[in-house]
Amino acid sequence: MNAIGTSLTATAASLLLVVVAMVISWRQQLGLERSIAWAATRATLQLAVVGLGLGLVLADGAPLAWSWVWVAAMVLVGGITVARRVPTVPGLLGLTCGALGAAAAASLLVVFGFDIFPLEPRTVVPTAGMILGNAIGATVLVARRSLRELDQHRDHIEARLSLGKSGAEAVRPHIREALRTAVTPQIEQTKIVGLIALPGTMTGLLLAGVPPREAVAVQLAVMFLILGSVAITTVIVGPGVGRRMITADQRLVVPIEAPTLPG
Amino acid sequence: MDRPASPLFRLQGVEVERSGRRVLGLLDLTLPARGPIVVAGPSGSGKSSLLRLLNRLDVPSAGTIELRGDDLAAADPLKVRRRVAMVFQRPVVFEGTVLVNLREAATDLSRDEASILLVRVGLDPELLDRDARDLSGGEAQRMALARSLTTQPDVVLFDEPTSSLDTANALRIEELAQSLQDDGVSVIWVTHDLDQLERLAAWIVVLIDGTLAQEGPASEVLAHPTDAVAAFLSGGAS
Repeated sequence: MNAIGTSLTATAASLLLVVVAMVISWRQQLGLERSIAWAATRATLQLAVVGLGLGLVLADGAPLAWSWVWVAAMVLVGGITVARRVPTVPGLLGLTCGALGAAAAASLLVVFGFDIFPLEPRTVVPTAGMILGNAIGATVLVARRSLRELDQHRDHIEARLSLGKSGAEAVRPHIREALRTAVTPQIEQTKIVGLIALPGTMTGLLLAGVPPREAVAVQLAVMFLILGSVAITTVIVGPGVGRRMITADQRLVVPIEAPTLPG
Repeated sequence: MDRPASPLFRLQGVEVERSGRRVLGLLDLTLPARGPIVVAGPSGSGKSSLLRLLNRLDVPSAGTIELRGDDLAAADPLKVRRRVAMVFQRPVVFEGTVLVNLREAATDLSRDEASILLVRVGLDPELLDRDARDLSGGEAQRMALARSLTTQPDVVLFDEPTSSLDTANALRIEELAQSLQDDGVSVIWVTHDLDQLERLAAWIVVLIDGTLAQEGPASEVLAHPTDAVAAFLSGGAS
């Protein structure tokens, strides 16, 4: 049996587990059967398309420029994903694309500038994917948390505004809190890396026969890059959300359920 | 009716709509510098909405507002807010000591200046180093007033500042408002408390259902209320 045949067999076998999950949902009356089926179908279609695309981008002799186009597309899809998940913030797509682009650029510059990986299609796309995947989660979290902080502290923000403080000054303490919340999970993850489960990059390298010292060095670099990219995106998106909730004439407009004003 | 030559605020055709609902409608109103001005009316009549327009925490959907003849829409909102201070219904206490709170808008405020402000609002200067979150409701509201005075405003807007206070603390805040007015700082006070209205008002504005029901010197409005205002004053419209 060749490698692809094994892979397809394994994938088909894993579908059985999806069926098991649907049966459990049906027996337990969880009502999740359709969601599970849709999630599995969507994942299959998405990965099939991605697989076809990657086949072209990573093919022998494929120009490196295609990889950069792929990275740009990942940034755009990431921006769209974040904007859809937090639809109440106007202009979040542009903000998020800018932040993800900055994080990807800074990280890839370090990766390839310091020769952590050789600059070639098979390293550019997965590295960018790993960085952006983590950054997108943190970006959604910081955008949602920022909105929540601003909504919950309208009184504090308006009290500061009414003292003649600018909108940026008035929202800053609350955006800071949102940033702390968004970056903390990544910090915690960095702290416990390797203690509970071996991280993905390191596992992959070990399985590929790379000596543990080298695998650890690469994993460390990846962890630091992810932490850095999460910090870059959140520090751009959090204050950006704050700015979008302040009008040009320095009023607070948080588009969540507006509390009824007394009187 | 005696009108001062230079009104404090002049509103012309002011409307406020929020989520498609009219909160204030076609308000033509002139507020004199001499007060205290008390804006009264039943709950939901648009009193707080009117107050928020006066220091630009909100802007009208239509119409113009002038502060001493200057169009508010054309003015720098940050400068407007330093001239037109606001004391909110519930005192907002920032993290830190009372001194830190007082320095929020005046970072170079000295301890002596802060002490003088506390004395002015009837608080012990020894409270300066106390965590502001440990203040009682009445103390916190007086600290909030002191904080609003750090910008040396011409006008102080009070948005039902005593609604969560006991009578003794409410009376103290009223006395402070009166003393500010006596010192030349214009006071505009929102309330639905009729006793407070009678104690405090030199000029009365009554809003009912977002429209101006009556305005004028307190003695005239209280002596000759319109039918709708008479119903409100007798407690029927609250």
